[in-house]
Amino acid sequence: MFGLELTTIWFVLIAVLWIGYFALEGFDFGVGMLVPVLARDETERRVMINTIGPVWDGNEVWLLVAGGATFAAFPEWYATLFSGFYLPLLIILVALILRNLSFEYRHKGDTASWRARWDVAMIGGSYVPAVLWGVAFANITAGVPIDADKEFTGTLFTLLNPYALLGGAVTALLFATHGAMFVALKTDGEIRHRARALAVRLGAAAAVVAVVFLTWTQVRTGDLSSAVAFVLAALCLLAGVAAAAAGREGWAFLGTFLTIVLAVAGLFLALFPDVMPSSTSAAYSLTTTNAAATPYTLQIMTWVALVFTPIVIGYQTWTYWVFRKRISTRHIPTAQLTAARD
Amino acid sequence: MELVDIARWQFGITTVYHFLFVPLTIGLTLIVAIFETFWLRTKNPDYLRLTKFFGKLFLINFALGLVTGIVQEFQFGMNWSDYSRFVGDVFGAPLAIEGLLAFFLESTFLGLWIFGWDKLPRLVHAACMWIVHLGVLASSWFILAANSWMQHPVGYEYNPETGRAELTDFAAVMFNKVQLVTFPHVVLAAYMSAAAFVIGISAWLYVSKRHGGRVATEEEVAAGEAEAIATTARGERTMYRRGIRISAVIMFVSAIGVIISGDVQGKVMTEVQPMKMAAAEALYETEQSCAPFSVFTIGTPDGQEEKFALTVPCLLSFLGTGSFDGEVKGINELRETYAETYGSDVGATYYTPDDYVPNIPVTYWTFRWMMGFGALGTAGSALVLWLTRRRRDEVVNAAWLGRVGIALPVVTVLASSMGWIFTEMGRQPWVVFGLMTTERGVSPGVSIPEAWISVITLTTLYGVLAVIEVKLLAKTVRKGPEEFVEPPDPGRADHDDDAQLTFAY
Repeated sequence: MFGLELTTIWFVLIAVLWIGYFALEGFDFGVGMLVPVLARDETERRVMINTIGPVWDGNEVWLLVAGGATFAAFPEWYATLFSGFYLPLLIILVALILRNLSFEYRHKGDTASWRARWDVAMIGGSYVPAVLWGVAFANITAGVPIDADKEFTGTLFTLLNPYALLGGAVTALLFATHGAMFVALKTDGEIRHRARALAVRLGAAAAVVAVVFLTWTQVRTGDLSSAVAFVLAALCLLAGVAAAAAGREGWAFLGTFLTIVLAVAGLFLALFPDVMPSSTSAAYSLTTTNAAATPYTLQIMTWVALVFTPIVIGYQTWTYWVFRKRISTRHIPTAQLTAARD
Repeated sequence: MELVDIARWQFGITTVYHFLFVPLTIGLTLIVAIFETFWLRTKNPDYLRLTKFFGKLFLINFALGLVTGIVQEFQFGMNWSDYSRFVGDVFGAPLAIEGLLAFFLESTFLGLWIFGWDKLPRLVHAACMWIVHLGVLASSWFILAANSWMQHPVGYEYNPETGRAELTDFAAVMFNKVQLVTFPHVVLAAYMSAAAFVIGISAWLYVSKRHGGRVATEEEVAAGEAEAIATTARGERTMYRRGIRISAVIMFVSAIGVIISGDVQGKVMTEVQPMKMAAAEALYETEQSCAPFSVFTIGTPDGQEEKFALTVPCLLSFLGTGSFDGEVKGINELRETYAETYGSDVGATYYTPDDYVPNIPVTYWTFRWMMGFGALGTAGSALVLWLTRRRRDEVVNAAWLGRVGIALPVVTVLASSMGWIFTEMGRQPWVVFGLMTTERGVSPGVSIPEAWISVITLTTLYGVLAVIEVKLLAKTVRKGPEEFVEPPDPGRADHDDDAQLTFAY
């Protein structure tokens, strides 16, 4: 199709799904992580949570579709990855469950202790996946022990190596920066200024750690294309931080958005044509060809994706347009209304 | 316990739990969309109050359905990696398409519905819930197509070189004959469950002394408030009766559909999975004609020996074949046939020679409980229709309405769970019928401690969440629907778009 191998098209599409997931859920992880840092009182907390209220669920579906598409297009990749990274994925699942419920249930209780417990779920549930996704993707890119039967032969501790932990630090810092940029863009009042100031500081820290990690990645597995993506990612981050410092919040958010897009794209470029390299022997690596589904399945999926992905992007964009207004403390329904609603 | 047993327990626990919320999501999106549409058409405040009230209860449920759904998608790869490798080419596509077509639609438009009261014109707002419902139906279609393929694999070819099942005909998978009867059966049963939920809660509020059943206290009578209180209570009862009537019609009509589709399903099952039908009756010896159906039996758990049985002559023949003198094969004969068919050769690495018989007590009883609870639900919905038949706020017998109402959601939930346990346990020892046994599907790389950690963590977490969910539901129900407040109308020119949010977390 279009002169490209179907397996390559699907490698690209899966990269696009993960990129969409990290660029979108990245900021809502960041908002969750920063709630205790940026919000001074309950109303400000609610301002922050409500910036992502209408969109976090749609953002998370990118993960479900990435998982489902990997299952369909590269069954071997799905099987090796999900059974191999068993405990980290279990932890991510528990974190996502608690975090998602915190959004829905936090405002349904009347007591401070009820909200405090759900805050723990929300904050912890945002930090844990923000770190662990970085750990997971660093491991995928660098390669993990895989045997001739395509089975992961390491343990949990194989995955917790310095390079992967650095990857976790990068995603956590990038998502936190991204979240701060989003809060600055979507709120008004004092919290907006605090968020912008914090975004600049976090962005600078993220830039340092990200440059070390991406250089390390480039040296280990990179090629020219990934190098270009990594350099552009770093430039976007710096531009985003500069825009935030100059008070241009829209550009600043676009900056971190593109940083995440390019950095994740770079990881996938460094990965290609492997999908899960084996550190045991290159012969055992899972590749876009030996892990793929049949051309027939890929063809059907390609048509479905070509028709529906633009529609999805269209209505998700529309949602962001509908909820484009900044939220400030005076928009939050007061206690009386809250009581009536609960 | 072996890995396969732990993984099966996890799948059973997480799936039955997930499916407590799924039917409510399928059906409540429809009922809430109907309430909102009625409000738009009639401008009757009752319908908006019902929309918001059941919308709120729906969201408490949906939150848990959503998060437990993520586990469903992940655990195929985590616990069942060999299954995933074997079927991914066929089974993965419906899952991926479900995400792309349905999950995005549901989540995005639900977000718009929840937060959009003061942002969207009223018609668009109501349309959002209808779109969510469409998304839910699409989701059901694809996931049931995937499950139907496990019951009756079609449109594939076994490729000995790659050692896996490979898709050859996507349309055959989408329109599998098992799928064509399973989809209406499951969706209509979900409508029944959600309608029962609305009936149960409305009936409770109808009779509750704090809501529809409120009478003035002596002090209130003395203060001259008695009449006002009686009028309010009557108004509340009128509203609950509306909700109950609409839901009871949906429930009764769906119940008829469930019975019809279930009947066809029984015949398709007898054809494609004869062992499951024999196991449903614990029928060991083939009956040439007029096989009886036992309503219940007292005997040995495996049904080999019976002490007492209440049987209906020829009914099993009818359920299985559509004719009262049709032949129904027994477990013993089928075991030999299966051994001949599946005992050797193609793809032998993917299955374990076994006696190909599922757990008989489980299939026998879950089949009966599914039908029994379903029948109770059907009768209950008819009774509710009868009790509310007069076009007034007073029902014929409020106490009875309360009792039946409370029982309905319980029996429908049980019927759904039993149906799934029956159809999944009845397929055993296969994970994909005739192709791969469950034992062969587990992840070879996962250790037993890891599997234990997973099942214990998820079960504990789910247990805690169930308690929280029930408390939240009870709290919301006790408060009852909010007073009517004219919602903002963003379609109007004088709409204040800088007001407080109508809904906020």
